[in-house]
Amino acid sequence: MSTLEIRDLKVSVDTDAGAVEILKGVDLTIKSGQTHAIMGPNGSGKSTLAYSIAGHPKYTIVGGSVTLDGADVLDMTVDERAKAGLFLAMQYPVEVPGVSVSNFLRTAATALRGEAPKLRTWTGEVKDAMQALNMDPAFAFRNVNEGFSGGEKKRHEIMQLELLKPKIAILDETDSGLDVDALRIVSEGVNRAKDKNNLGVVLITHYTRILQYIKPDFVHVFSNGRIVEEGGADLADKLETKGYADYVSN
Amino acid sequence: MSLLATNYLTPTGREEAWRFTPLKRLRGLHDGLASLGNHTSLYSRGNLATGVSFSLESLEPLASSDDVIIERIRGISPQVSHLHIAANSEISEPILLGRRGAALDSAEHSRVRISLGAHAVATVIMENTGACLLAEDLEIALAPGSRLSFITLQEFESTSVYTARHHAVIDKDAQFKSITITVGGDLVRILPTVEFISPGGSAELLGVYFATAGQFFEHRIHVDHAVPHAKSRVNFKGALTGRDAHTVWIGDVLIRAAAEGTDTYELNRNLLLSDGARADSVPNLEIETGEIIGAGHASTTGRFDDEQLFYLMSRGISLEDAKRLVVRGFFNEIITEIGIEEIINRLMVRIDTELEKAGA
Ligand SMILES: Nc1ncnc2c1ncn2[C@@H]1O[C@H](COP(=O)(O)OP(=O)(O)OP(=O)(O)O)[C@@H](O)[C@H]1O
Ligand SMILES: [Mg+2]
Repeated sequence: MSTLEIRDLKVSVDTDAGAVEILKGVDLTIKSGQTHAIMGPNGSGKSTLAYSIAGHPKYTIVGGSVTLDGADVLDMTVDERAKAGLFLAMQYPVEVPGVSVSNFLRTAATALRGEAPKLRTWTGEVKDAMQALNMDPAFAFRNVNEGFSGGEKKRHEIMQLELLKPKIAILDETDSGLDVDALRIVSEGVNRAKDKNNLGVVLITHYTRILQYIKPDFVHVFSNGRIVEEGGADLADKLETKGYADYVSN
Repeated sequence: MSLLATNYLTPTGREEAWRFTPLKRLRGLHDGLASLGNHTSLYSRGNLATGVSFSLESLEPLASSDDVIIERIRGISPQVSHLHIAANSEISEPILLGRRGAALDSAEHSRVRISLGAHAVATVIMENTGACLLAEDLEIALAPGSRLSFITLQEFESTSVYTARHHAVIDKDAQFKSITITVGGDLVRILPTVEFISPGGSAELLGVYFATAGQFFEHRIHVDHAVPHAKSRVNFKGALTGRDAHTVWIGDVLIRAAAEGTDTYELNRNLLLSDGARADSVPNLEIETGEIIGAGHASTTGRFDDEQLFYLMSRGISLEDAKRLVVRGFFNEIITEIGIEEIINRLMVRIDTELEKAGA
């Protein structure tokens, strides 16, 4: 049982015109097995929240705290956060030229497990993970995200989620750019991780469609750098019809 | 015998060709003050296949040179180590050349010829190792329709000085591919040059260099499109780390008026892994005819990409390992072209080790 606690998190980014505050006090608690959907208009700071928790160097924490089972996440390096059990499926996964998916996954698994996975079982493990997400095994030999289509990149993120077995995962618009079949396949991957590892999920999305596959326990409305409303799954439906008009510009 | 001429030609450092090179560190190779050794360090490793011969011969130079050191070598050494692949021979196994018995206290002036008869096909690997003071005039003659992959590995010890011209003369429809790897030495200055003497030839010059604190590596490419319908590709990648690591890449491509139908592209990319290192990159395309298929060049110098490091680290990979992956990945494109697992692994491990030593 793990708990990720975000308290009054304030984050700024450096711009040419000086620091700009993006997150203005975010409070959120995620427990193992729970699924929290975050919905909100473009530019409201959802990815900033995701990146800040993962430790992206671009963001400066100006206030608040993030803890995982009491341990200070903000004090950890990026890799330490992953080792502590956090995972971020990125909205825009990064291309790493010349580094094969297979080499990348093995290096990551070695780092997270503390020892290199046995070659024989590992190859099977990767193959199964790829198959489960309907990915051609040839992806193992391609360079990380290089030339992947938008949807392929997202499948690759969820494949890592299944392989690396984190405690809490933040999925930043994993559903964007997926065709209807891929959406179902990717959702099943997330649900498997939930079932097997009691994964806690933060699901950032613009669409209710994915919420039909991955049932949220809570829906949070994000606007202008903070959470402005919380509710159950029905809140998502309300947003779908009414939009964010009630929440922006106040 | 060439004492007068060489004295007359001593470079001062003001010449375009010498403006980057730290002349003092050439240990007298440039001004003729190095004491002369009389050894020949190049030898052929392993058995030579049928159709391949390797011997010392007296040969006239293939092509003229405007390089002072090359002229001096020619003045000093009439003997040439000649690797010849007979016409129509297809040699499946790579031909290995190595170095032995070289020394730092006296200079070796080496002349080498690699020649392929018409339609011969071969891969030649030259492993340059050890501690040495070595000036080399290497000429490659590709007869019509022949194909050569030429891999040179500069894996010298950190005290070595190597200055060389690797000059390929490409006849009709011949294909030349070179992979020049420079990861060791105090000063390495190589002139990979190509001259097309008949239409239909192609040249692909690939290279990797990795300089750490204090090392100077210069690659001064020159591709001369003097005849129609030849194709050339140049792609060199370099990484530098540590104080006063310095690399120079010059890419001179000349498309003469007669060279209609030329197709050429050259690329140099540098990765600066720390402060205090310097990468000079000067692409230079001279075009004397508009009747060409294509001509272009690109040169970039950058640092570690924060997004890449972040992505890798967000999967639990440490900063050191993430950097190692990125650097390996950067070089991978070219090093895998060598195609020989043992050499690829050896180079990757060497790069890892240098990176570790530099604490980058
Ligand atoms: N370097 C920067 N300079 C200026 N503004 C920035 C910078 N980086 C981020 N921002 C701003 O921060 C805000 C929040 O961005 P963020 O990516 O977190 O939004 P988001 O909620 O994920 O949006 P979307 O739904 O479009 O993905 C945006 O208005 C963005 O323009
Ligand atoms: Mg976003």
